[in-house]
Amino acid sequence: MRYLISVIDDKNDPGSTDRRPAISAFNERLIAEGHWVFAGGLADTDTATVIDNRGEQAVFSDGPFVESKEYLAGIWVWEVPDLDVALKLAAEASKVCDRKIEVRPFR
Amino acid sequence: MSDVEEAITRAHHDEWARVVAALTRRFGDLGIAEEAAAEAFATAVERWRADGVPPNPGAWLTTTANRKAIDRIRRENKRDDKHKEAQMLLDDTPPEPLGAIDDDRLRLIFTCCHPALAVEARVALTLRMVGGLTVPEIARAFLVQATTMEQRITRAKAKIKAARIPYRMPSADDLPARVSGVLAVLYLIFNEGYLASGPGTDPVRHDLTAEAIRLTRLIRALLPRSGEVAGLLALMLLIEARRPARVSTGGELVPLAEQDRGAWDAELIAEGHRLVRERLAAAAAGVAPGRYQILAAINAVHTSARDIRDTDWSQILALYDRLARLDPSPIIALNRAIAVAELDGPEVALAIVDRLAEALAGYHAYHATRADLLRRLGRGHEARAAYDRAIELAGNTGEIAYLTRRRAQLR
Repeated sequence: MRYLISVIDDKNDPGSTDRRPAISAFNERLIAEGHWVFAGGLADTDTATVIDNRGEQAVFSDGPFVESKEYLAGIWVWEVPDLDVALKLAAEASKVCDRKIEVRPFR
Repeated sequence: MSDVEEAITRAHHDEWARVVAALTRRFGDLGIAEEAAAEAFATAVERWRADGVPPNPGAWLTTTANRKAIDRIRRENKRDDKHKEAQMLLDDTPPEPLGAIDDDRLRLIFTCCHPALAVEARVALTLRMVGGLTVPEIARAFLVQATTMEQRITRAKAKIKAARIPYRMPSADDLPARVSGVLAVLYLIFNEGYLASGPGTDPVRHDLTAEAIRLTRLIRALLPRSGEVAGLLALMLLIEARRPARVSTGGELVPLAEQDRGAWDAELIAEGHRLVRERLAAAAAGVAPGRYQILAAINAVHTSARDIRDTDWSQILALYDRLARLDPSPIIALNRAIAVAELDGPEVALAIVDRLAEALAGYHAYHATRADLLRRLGRGHEARAAYDRAIELAGNTGEIAYLTRRRAQLR
Protein backbone atom coordinates (compact mmCIF):
# COMPACT_ATOMS: atom_id res chain seq x y z
CA MET A 1 0.00 0.00 0.00
CA ARG A 2 1.42 3.37 -1.03
CA TYR A 3 0.99 6.62 0.84
CA LEU A 4 1.87 10.17 -0.07
CA ILE A 5 3.56 11.83 2.87
CA SER A 6 3.40 15.60 2.68
CA VAL A 7 5.67 17.80 4.75
CA ILE A 8 3.79 20.96 5.64
CA ASP A 9 5.54 24.15 6.60
CA ASP A 10 4.05 27.37 7.93
CA LYS A 11 5.22 30.73 6.59
CA ASN A 12 4.37 32.44 9.87
CA ASP A 13 6.03 29.82 12.02
CA PRO A 14 8.57 27.92 9.91
CA GLY A 15 10.28 24.76 11.16
CA SER A 16 14.00 24.83 11.87
CA THR A 17 16.43 24.80 8.94
CA ASP A 18 19.07 22.46 10.34
CA ARG A 19 17.16 19.20 9.70
CA ARG A 20 19.11 17.92 6.67
CA PRO A 21 21.39 15.43 8.48
CA ALA A 22 18.51 14.00 10.53
CA ILE A 23 16.34 13.66 7.40
CA SER A 24 19.16 11.88 5.56
CA ALA A 25 19.58 9.42 8.41
CA PHE A 26 15.80 8.83 8.48
CA ASN A 27 15.83 8.26 4.70
CA GLU A 28 18.58 5.67 5.09
CA ARG A 29 16.38 3.83 7.53
CA LEU A 30 13.32 4.02 5.25
CA ILE A 31 15.43 2.50 2.46
CA ALA A 32 16.85 -0.22 4.72
CA GLU A 33 13.35 -1.17 5.93
CA GLY A 34 11.98 -1.24 2.40
CA HIS A 35 9.53 1.67 2.81
CA TRP A 36 11.26 4.28 0.65
CA VAL A 37 9.79 4.79 -2.83
CA PHE A 38 10.50 8.44 -3.51
CA ALA A 39 11.34 11.64 -1.67
CA GLY A 40 12.04 15.23 -2.52
CA GLY A 41 12.11 18.69 -1.03
CA LEU A 42 10.32 21.43 -2.97
CA ALA A 43 11.48 24.91 -3.92
CA ASP A 44 9.53 27.86 -2.55
CA THR A 45 5.85 28.22 -3.59
CA ASP A 46 6.79 31.50 -5.35
CA THR A 47 8.55 29.40 -7.98
CA ALA A 48 5.36 27.51 -8.93
CA THR A 49 3.43 28.06 -12.16
CA VAL A 50 -0.18 26.99 -12.73
CA ILE A 51 -1.28 26.00 -16.23
CA ASP A 52 -4.96 25.84 -17.21
CA ASN A 53 -5.52 24.44 -20.68
CA ARG A 54 -9.16 23.47 -20.29
CA GLY A 55 -10.30 26.37 -22.47
CA GLU A 56 -9.34 27.70 -25.90
CA GLN A 57 -5.70 28.18 -25.05
CA ALA A 58 -3.34 27.46 -22.21
CA VAL A 59 -3.27 30.11 -19.50
CA PHE A 60 -0.17 30.37 -17.35
CA SER A 61 -0.24 32.04 -13.99
CA ASP A 62 2.60 32.78 -11.63
CA GLY A 63 2.49 31.28 -8.15
CA PRO A 64 0.84 28.26 -6.50
CA PHE A 65 -2.76 27.14 -7.16
CA VAL A 66 -3.75 28.17 -3.68
CA GLU A 67 -2.20 30.89 -1.54
CA SER A 68 -2.02 29.97 2.11
CA LYS A 69 0.23 30.35 5.11
CA GLU A 70 0.65 26.60 5.23
CA TYR A 71 2.20 25.02 2.18
CA LEU A 72 3.71 21.83 0.87
CA ALA A 73 7.45 21.88 1.54
CA GLY A 74 8.32 18.35 0.46
CA ILE A 75 7.00 14.87 -0.13
CA TRP A 76 7.73 11.21 0.35
CA VAL A 77 6.09 8.19 -1.17
CA TRP A 78 6.20 5.20 1.18
CA GLU A 79 5.35 1.58 0.66
CA VAL A 80 3.97 0.18 3.94
CA PRO A 81 1.48 -2.57 4.85
CA ASP A 82 -1.18 -0.33 6.44
CA LEU A 83 -2.05 3.04 7.98
CA ASP A 84 -0.74 2.14 11.43
CA VAL A 85 2.76 1.62 10.06
CA ALA A 86 2.47 4.83 8.01
CA LEU A 87 1.30 6.84 11.05
CA LYS A 88 4.08 5.51 13.21
CA LEU A 89 6.70 6.50 10.66
CA ALA A 90 4.96 9.83 10.05
CA ALA A 91 5.11 10.63 13.75
CA GLU A 92 8.89 10.13 13.57
CA ALA A 93 9.07 12.10 10.33
CA SER A 94 7.34 15.06 11.96
CA LYS A 95 10.00 15.11 14.68
CA VAL A 96 12.81 14.61 12.19
CA CYS A 97 11.59 17.43 9.90
CA ASP A 98 10.30 19.66 12.71
CA ARG A 99 7.16 20.13 10.61
CA LYS A 100 3.59 18.85 10.34
CA ILE A 101 3.03 15.77 8.20
CA GLU A 102 -0.02 14.70 6.20
CA VAL A 103 -0.51 11.03 5.38
CA ARG A 104 -2.73 10.26 2.41
CA PRO A 105 -3.23 6.92 0.69
CA PHE A 106 -2.91 6.44 -3.03
CA ARG A 107 -6.02 5.03 -4.62
CA MET B 1 -42.65 -10.14 24.77
CA SER B 2 -42.89 -13.59 23.17
CA ASP B 3 -40.13 -16.17 23.66
CA VAL B 4 -38.95 -15.68 20.09
CA GLU B 5 -38.75 -11.89 20.43
CA GLU B 6 -36.92 -12.31 23.69
CA ALA B 7 -34.46 -14.72 22.07
CA ILE B 8 -33.85 -12.25 19.25
CA THR B 9 -33.34 -9.33 21.62
CA ARG B 10 -30.93 -11.41 23.69
CA ALA B 11 -29.08 -12.62 20.59
CA HIS B 12 -28.79 -9.06 19.32
CA HIS B 13 -27.41 -8.01 22.67
CA ASP B 14 -24.93 -10.89 22.95
CA GLU B 15 -24.03 -11.70 19.36
CA TRP B 16 -24.18 -8.55 17.21
CA ALA B 17 -20.59 -7.43 17.84
CA ARG B 18 -19.33 -10.99 17.54
CA VAL B 19 -21.03 -11.48 14.15
CA VAL B 20 -19.84 -8.12 12.77
CA ALA B 21 -16.31 -8.74 14.10
CA ALA B 22 -16.04 -12.25 12.63
CA LEU B 23 -17.36 -11.13 9.25
CA THR B 24 -15.08 -8.11 9.12
CA ARG B 25 -12.09 -10.37 9.68
CA ARG B 26 -13.24 -12.81 7.04
CA PHE B 27 -14.26 -10.33 4.34
CA GLY B 28 -11.99 -7.45 5.27
CA ASP B 29 -14.80 -4.94 4.93
CA LEU B 30 -16.80 -3.30 7.71
CA GLY B 31 -19.61 -2.28 5.37
CA ILE B 32 -20.22 -5.82 4.11
CA ALA B 33 -20.05 -7.16 7.66
CA GLU B 34 -22.52 -4.60 8.96
CA GLU B 35 -25.04 -5.13 6.17
CA ALA B 36 -24.80 -8.93 6.31
CA ALA B 37 -25.22 -8.92 10.09
CA ALA B 38 -28.30 -6.71 9.80
CA GLU B 39 -29.74 -9.02 7.14
CA ALA B 40 -29.06 -12.08 9.28
CA PHE B 41 -30.95 -10.59 12.22
CA ALA B 42 -33.84 -9.61 9.94
CA THR B 43 -33.93 -13.19 8.63
CA ALA B 44 -33.88 -14.50 12.20
CA VAL B 45 -37.02 -12.52 13.00
CA GLU B 46 -38.86 -14.34 10.20
CA ARG B 47 -37.34 -17.78 10.47
CA TRP B 48 -37.26 -18.18 14.24
CA ARG B 49 -40.94 -17.29 14.39
CA ALA B 50 -41.73 -20.00 11.84
CA ASP B 51 -39.20 -22.70 12.78
CA GLY B 52 -38.44 -21.93 16.41
CA VAL B 53 -35.24 -20.62 17.99
CA PRO B 54 -32.18 -22.63 16.89
CA PRO B 55 -30.21 -24.43 19.63
CA ASN B 56 -27.17 -22.17 19.10
CA PRO B 57 -28.46 -18.74 18.03
CA GLY B 58 -24.96 -17.24 17.77
CA ALA B 59 -23.72 -19.92 15.38
CA TRP B 60 -26.95 -19.70 13.36
CA LEU B 61 -26.54 -15.93 13.02
CA THR B 62 -22.87 -16.13 12.03
CA THR B 63 -23.56 -18.83 9.41
CA THR B 64 -26.53 -16.90 8.01
CA ALA B 65 -24.61 -13.63 7.95
CA ASN B 66 -21.69 -15.34 6.19
CA ARG B 67 -24.06 -16.60 3.51
CA LYS B 68 -25.65 -13.17 3.14
CA ALA B 69 -22.23 -11.58 2.75
CA ILE B 70 -21.18 -14.07 0.08
CA ASP B 71 -24.48 -13.55 -1.78
CA ARG B 72 -23.95 -9.83 -1.64
CA ILE B 73 -20.35 -9.99 -2.89
CA ARG B 74 -21.45 -12.28 -5.75
CA ARG B 75 -24.28 -9.96 -6.69
CA GLU B 76 -22.22 -6.81 -6.56
CA ASN B 77 -19.14 -8.24 -8.13
CA LYS B 78 -20.17 -10.79 -10.74
CA ARG B 79 -17.05 -10.25 -12.81
CA ASP B 80 -14.74 -10.64 -9.85
CA ASP B 81 -12.09 -13.23 -10.60
CA LYS B 82 -13.18 -16.76 -9.84
CA HIS B 83 -10.03 -17.57 -7.98
CA LYS B 84 -10.67 -14.97 -5.31
CA GLU B 85 -14.23 -16.14 -4.86
CA ALA B 86 -13.19 -19.76 -4.54
CA GLN B 87 -10.63 -18.82 -1.94
CA MET B 88 -13.20 -16.84 -0.03
CA LEU B 89 -15.65 -19.72 0.01
CA LEU B 90 -13.00 -22.13 1.22
CA ASP B 91 -11.88 -19.91 4.07
CA ASP B 92 -13.09 -21.87 7.04
CA THR B 93 -10.30 -20.95 9.42
CA PRO B 94 -11.65 -21.51 12.90
CA PRO B 95 -12.35 -18.34 14.88
CA GLU B 96 -9.87 -17.22 17.52
CA PRO B 97 -10.38 -18.94 20.87
CA LEU B 98 -12.86 -17.02 23.02
CA GLY B 99 -11.62 -14.91 25.88
CA ALA B 100 -8.16 -14.66 24.37
CA ILE B 101 -6.79 -11.16 24.08
CA ASP B 102 -7.04 -11.47 20.30
CA ASP B 103 -10.85 -11.74 20.27
CA ASP B 104 -12.21 -10.42 16.97
CA ARG B 105 -14.41 -8.00 18.88
CA LEU B 106 -11.34 -6.25 20.26
CA ARG B 107 -10.04 -5.71 16.73
CA LEU B 108 -13.44 -4.31 15.84
CA ILE B 109 -13.37 -1.92 18.81
CA PHE B 110 -9.83 -0.74 18.10
CA THR B 111 -10.71 -0.17 14.46
CA CYS B 112 -13.85 1.85 15.32
CA CYS B 113 -11.87 3.96 17.82
CA HIS B 114 -8.85 4.47 15.56
CA PRO B 115 -7.07 7.78 16.21
CA ALA B 116 -7.08 8.63 12.47
CA LEU B 117 -10.89 8.97 12.61
CA ALA B 118 -12.68 12.08 13.86
CA VAL B 119 -13.98 11.73 17.41
CA GLU B 120 -17.66 11.95 16.35
CA ALA B 121 -17.00 9.23 13.80
CA ARG B 122 -15.41 6.99 16.45
CA VAL B 123 -18.43 7.40 18.69
CA ALA B 124 -20.91 6.71 15.88
CA LEU B 125 -19.00 3.71 14.51
CA THR B 126 -18.59 2.16 17.95
CA LEU B 127 -22.30 2.45 18.70
CA ARG B 128 -23.20 1.02 15.28
CA MET B 129 -20.62 -1.76 14.81
CA VAL B 130 -19.98 -2.81 18.39
CA GLY B 131 -23.18 -1.68 20.12
CA GLY B 132 -25.53 -2.68 17.30
CA LEU B 133 -27.61 0.50 17.57
CA THR B 134 -29.34 1.49 14.35
CA VAL B 135 -28.32 4.67 12.55
CA PRO B 136 -31.60 6.49 13.44
CA GLU B 137 -31.07 5.51 17.09
CA ILE B 138 -27.56 6.96 17.09
CA ALA B 139 -28.77 10.07 15.27
CA ARG B 140 -31.46 10.61 17.91
CA ALA B 141 -28.93 10.13 20.69
CA PHE B 142 -26.73 12.90 19.32
CA LEU B 143 -29.55 15.14 18.10
CA VAL B 144 -28.57 15.10 14.44
CA GLN B 145 -30.52 14.13 11.33
CA ALA B 146 -30.41 10.44 10.42
CA THR B 147 -28.97 11.34 7.01
CA THR B 148 -26.15 13.32 8.66
CA MET B 149 -25.34 10.36 10.91
CA GLU B 150 -25.52 7.98 7.96
CA GLN B 151 -23.00 10.15 6.08
CA ARG B 152 -20.73 10.32 9.10
CA ILE B 153 -20.65 6.53 9.36
CA THR B 154 -20.32 6.00 5.61
CA ARG B 155 -17.42 8.44 5.45
CA ALA B 156 -15.65 6.73 8.34
CA LYS B 157 -16.07 3.31 6.74
CA ALA B 158 -14.75 4.68 3.45
CA LYS B 159 -11.68 6.10 5.17
CA ILE B 160 -10.99 2.82 6.99
CA LYS B 161 -11.05 1.06 3.63
CA ALA B 162 -9.22 3.61 1.48
CA ALA B 163 -6.51 4.53 3.99
CA ARG B 164 -6.23 0.90 5.04
CA ILE B 165 -6.74 1.21 8.75
CA PRO B 166 -5.72 -2.30 9.80
CA TYR B 167 -8.06 -4.79 11.43
CA ARG B 168 -5.80 -6.08 14.14
CA MET B 169 -4.65 -5.65 17.69
CA PRO B 170 -2.37 -2.66 18.24
CA SER B 171 1.26 -3.50 18.95
CA ALA B 172 2.19 -3.91 22.60
CA ASP B 173 3.85 -0.50 22.86
CA ASP B 174 0.82 1.20 21.26
CA LEU B 175 -1.70 -0.68 23.38
CA PRO B 176 -1.98 1.65 26.41
CA ALA B 177 -2.54 4.72 24.20
CA ARG B 178 -5.05 2.86 22.03
CA VAL B 179 -6.94 1.50 25.05
CA SER B 180 -7.19 4.98 26.49
CA GLY B 181 -8.56 6.13 23.11
CA VAL B 182 -11.28 3.47 23.33
CA LEU B 183 -12.08 4.44 26.92
CA ALA B 184 -12.35 8.11 25.92
CA VAL B 185 -15.01 7.16 23.35
CA LEU B 186 -16.97 5.13 25.91
CA TYR B 187 -16.73 7.89 28.51
CA LEU B 188 -17.98 10.39 25.94
CA ILE B 189 -21.02 8.20 25.23
CA PHE B 190 -21.63 7.83 28.96
CA ASN B 191 -21.33 11.56 29.63
CA GLU B 192 -23.69 12.44 26.81
CA GLY B 193 -26.22 10.19 28.54
CA TYR B 194 -25.39 11.40 32.03
CA LEU B 195 -25.63 15.09 31.24
CA ALA B 196 -27.59 15.12 27.99
CA SER B 197 -27.31 18.37 26.08
CA GLY B 198 -30.04 19.94 23.99
CA PRO B 199 -33.42 21.45 24.78
CA GLY B 200 -35.53 18.55 23.52
CA THR B 201 -34.01 15.70 25.55
CA ASP B 202 -34.45 14.27 29.01
CA PRO B 203 -31.83 15.51 31.49
CA VAL B 204 -30.49 11.96 31.85
CA ARG B 205 -30.46 9.59 28.87
CA HIS B 206 -30.50 6.17 30.44
CA ASP B 207 -30.27 4.46 27.04
CA LEU B 208 -26.84 6.01 26.47
CA THR B 209 -25.43 5.47 29.96
CA ALA B 210 -26.63 1.85 29.86
CA GLU B 211 -25.06 1.29 26.44
CA ALA B 212 -21.76 2.83 27.58
CA ILE B 213 -21.73 0.55 30.63
CA ARG B 214 -22.56 -2.49 28.53
CA LEU B 215 -19.72 -1.75 26.11
CA THR B 216 -17.29 -1.06 28.96
CA ARG B 217 -18.25 -4.40 30.52
CA LEU B 218 -17.46 -6.02 27.19
CA ILE B 219 -14.02 -4.38 27.06
CA ARG B 220 -13.47 -5.40 30.66
CA ALA B 221 -14.21 -9.01 29.75
CA LEU B 222 -11.80 -8.77 26.82
CA LEU B 223 -9.03 -6.89 28.65
CA PRO B 224 -9.42 -8.11 32.23
CA ARG B 225 -5.94 -6.99 33.28
CA SER B 226 -6.28 -3.33 32.32
CA GLY B 227 -6.57 -1.18 35.44
CA GLU B 228 -8.00 1.78 33.57
CA VAL B 229 -10.76 -0.35 32.04
CA ALA B 230 -11.73 -1.49 35.55
CA GLY B 231 -11.45 2.13 36.70
CA LEU B 232 -13.77 3.44 34.00
CA LEU B 233 -16.32 0.70 34.63
CA ALA B 234 -16.27 1.47 38.38
CA LEU B 235 -16.61 5.19 37.66
CA MET B 236 -19.62 4.65 35.40
CA LEU B 237 -21.29 2.27 37.87
CA LEU B 238 -20.87 4.66 40.80
CA ILE B 239 -22.29 7.57 38.79
CA GLU B 240 -25.11 5.44 37.35
CA ALA B 241 -25.97 4.25 40.89
CA ARG B 242 -26.99 7.80 41.79
CA ARG B 243 -29.26 8.22 38.78
CA PRO B 244 -32.52 7.48 40.66
CA ALA B 245 -31.81 10.45 42.96
CA ARG B 246 -30.36 12.78 40.38
CA VAL B 247 -33.49 14.28 38.83
CA SER B 248 -36.42 15.59 40.89
CA THR B 249 -40.02 14.77 39.95
CA GLY B 250 -40.15 18.29 38.51
CA GLY B 251 -37.31 17.45 36.10
CA GLU B 252 -34.71 19.45 37.99
CA LEU B 253 -31.17 18.19 38.47
CA VAL B 254 -30.50 17.46 42.15
CA PRO B 255 -26.93 18.20 43.29
CA LEU B 256 -25.02 15.55 45.21
CA ALA B 257 -25.44 17.32 48.54
CA GLU B 258 -29.25 17.30 48.27
CA GLN B 259 -29.78 13.80 46.86
CA ASP B 260 -31.84 11.18 48.67
CA ARG B 261 -29.04 8.71 49.30
CA GLY B 262 -31.54 5.99 50.15
CA ALA B 263 -32.60 6.03 46.49
CA TRP B 264 -29.11 5.19 45.25
CA ASP B 265 -28.71 1.75 43.66
CA ALA B 266 -26.97 -0.33 46.33
CA GLU B 267 -26.11 -3.15 43.95
CA LEU B 268 -24.29 -0.90 41.48
CA ILE B 269 -22.48 0.80 44.36
CA ALA B 270 -21.35 -2.56 45.74
CA GLU B 271 -20.03 -3.60 42.34
CA GLY B 272 -18.29 -0.25 41.84
CA HIS B 273 -16.71 -0.42 45.30
CA ARG B 274 -15.51 -3.96 44.60
CA LEU B 275 -13.72 -2.76 41.48
CA VAL B 276 -12.22 0.23 43.29
CA ARG B 277 -10.93 -2.05 46.08
CA GLU B 278 -9.38 -4.29 43.45
CA ARG B 279 -7.56 -1.29 41.96
CA LEU B 280 -6.52 0.01 45.40
CA ALA B 281 -4.90 -3.36 46.06
CA ALA B 282 -3.05 -3.07 42.74
CA ALA B 283 -1.98 0.50 43.62
CA ALA B 284 -0.71 -0.73 47.00
CA ALA B 285 1.35 -3.30 45.07
CA GLY B 286 2.96 -0.47 43.13
CA VAL B 287 0.81 -0.10 39.99
CA ALA B 288 0.27 3.64 39.52
CA PRO B 289 -3.45 4.32 38.95
CA GLY B 290 -4.58 6.25 35.88
CA ARG B 291 -7.20 9.00 35.73
CA TYR B 292 -10.28 6.77 35.56
CA GLN B 293 -9.16 4.80 38.60
CA ILE B 294 -8.64 8.00 40.58
CA LEU B 295 -12.01 9.40 39.45
CA ALA B 296 -13.62 6.09 40.46
CA ALA B 297 -11.94 6.31 43.88
CA ILE B 298 -13.33 9.85 44.34
CA ASN B 299 -16.80 8.57 43.52
CA ALA B 300 -16.29 5.64 45.90
CA VAL B 301 -15.62 8.13 48.72
CA HIS B 302 -18.84 10.00 47.88
CA THR B 303 -20.92 6.83 47.66
CA SER B 304 -19.48 5.55 50.96
CA ALA B 305 -21.00 8.47 52.89
CA ARG B 306 -24.53 7.80 54.10
CA ASP B 307 -24.99 11.51 54.60
CA ILE B 308 -23.30 14.42 52.83
CA ARG B 309 -21.94 15.49 56.24
CA ASP B 310 -20.11 12.15 56.54
CA THR B 311 -18.16 12.80 53.33
CA ASP B 312 -14.41 12.39 53.80
CA TRP B 313 -13.41 15.59 52.01
CA SER B 314 -9.73 15.36 52.92
CA GLN B 315 -9.60 11.98 51.18
CA ILE B 316 -11.34 13.49 48.15
CA LEU B 317 -8.91 16.41 48.09
CA ALA B 318 -5.93 14.05 48.31
CA LEU B 319 -7.30 12.13 45.32
CA TYR B 320 -7.84 15.36 43.34
CA ASP B 321 -4.25 16.40 44.14
CA ARG B 322 -3.11 13.12 42.69
CA LEU B 323 -5.34 13.55 39.64
CA ALA B 324 -4.12 17.12 39.11
CA ARG B 325 -0.52 15.86 39.01
CA LEU B 326 -1.53 13.37 36.31
CA ASP B 327 -3.71 15.80 34.37
CA PRO B 328 -3.10 19.47 35.17
CA SER B 329 -6.22 20.58 33.26
CA PRO B 330 -8.36 23.52 34.44
CA ILE B 331 -11.45 21.28 34.70
CA ILE B 332 -9.72 19.03 37.25
CA ALA B 333 -8.61 22.18 39.12
CA LEU B 334 -12.24 23.38 39.16
CA ASN B 335 -13.50 20.11 40.65
CA ARG B 336 -10.66 20.10 43.15
CA ALA B 337 -11.74 23.58 44.27
CA ILE B 338 -15.14 22.17 45.27
CA ALA B 339 -13.40 19.87 47.76
CA VAL B 340 -11.25 22.78 48.94
CA ALA B 341 -14.43 24.77 49.67
CA GLU B 342 -15.60 22.01 52.02
CA LEU B 343 -12.28 21.87 53.89
CA ASP B 344 -10.96 25.44 53.86
CA GLY B 345 -14.12 27.42 53.14
CA PRO B 346 -15.59 29.08 50.07
CA GLU B 347 -13.23 32.05 50.12
CA VAL B 348 -10.11 29.93 49.59
CA ALA B 349 -11.93 27.95 46.91
CA LEU B 350 -13.09 31.09 45.12
CA ALA B 351 -9.51 32.35 44.88
CA ILE B 352 -8.59 29.09 43.11
CA VAL B 353 -11.64 29.22 40.84
CA ASP B 354 -11.00 32.85 39.87
CA ARG B 355 -7.56 31.89 38.58
CA LEU B 356 -9.30 29.60 36.04
CA ALA B 357 -11.36 32.47 34.56
CA GLU B 358 -9.51 32.67 31.28
CA ALA B 359 -9.34 28.94 30.57
CA LEU B 360 -12.94 28.16 31.53
CA ALA B 361 -14.84 31.32 30.54
CA GLY B 362 -17.05 29.35 28.15
CA TYR B 363 -17.70 26.40 30.48
CA HIS B 364 -21.06 26.45 32.30
CA ALA B 365 -19.79 24.48 35.32
CA TYR B 366 -17.13 27.13 35.98
CA HIS B 367 -19.83 29.81 36.33
CA ALA B 368 -22.13 27.51 38.29
CA THR B 369 -19.35 26.68 40.76
CA ARG B 370 -18.45 30.34 41.12
CA ALA B 371 -22.09 31.27 41.59
CA ASP B 372 -22.44 28.76 44.41
CA LEU B 373 -19.27 29.95 46.16
CA LEU B 374 -20.31 33.62 45.85
CA ARG B 375 -23.75 32.72 47.20
CA ARG B 376 -22.17 31.04 50.22
CA LEU B 377 -20.05 34.14 50.79
CA GLY B 378 -23.17 36.32 50.78
CA ARG B 379 -22.08 38.16 47.64
CA GLY B 380 -25.55 37.99 46.07
CA HIS B 381 -25.04 40.52 43.33
CA GLU B 382 -22.00 38.78 41.89
CA ALA B 383 -23.61 35.38 42.42
CA ARG B 384 -26.58 36.46 40.31
CA ALA B 385 -24.32 37.50 37.42
CA ALA B 386 -22.51 34.14 37.63
CA TYR B 387 -25.83 32.22 37.64
CA ASP B 388 -26.94 34.23 34.60
CA ARG B 389 -23.82 33.23 32.72
CA ALA B 390 -24.08 29.56 33.83
CA ILE B 391 -27.72 29.37 32.68
CA GLU B 392 -26.81 30.93 29.38
CA LEU B 393 -24.10 28.34 28.75
CA ALA B 394 -25.75 25.21 30.22
CA GLY B 395 -27.23 22.77 27.69
CA ASN B 396 -28.98 20.37 30.06
CA THR B 397 -32.64 21.14 30.77
CA GLY B 398 -32.51 19.77 34.34
CA GLU B 399 -29.42 21.77 35.16
CA ILE B 400 -30.95 24.97 33.77
CA ALA B 401 -34.03 24.40 35.96
CA TYR B 402 -31.85 23.89 39.03
CA LEU B 403 -29.68 26.96 38.38
CA THR B 404 -32.74 29.10 37.70
CA ARG B 405 -34.29 28.13 41.04
CA ARG B 406 -31.01 28.80 42.84
CA ARG B 407 -30.79 32.23 41.25
CA ALA B 408 -34.35 33.02 42.29
CA GLN B 409 -33.48 32.16 45.91
CA LEU B 410 -30.72 34.76 46.08
CA ARG B 411 -31.33 37.64 48.42
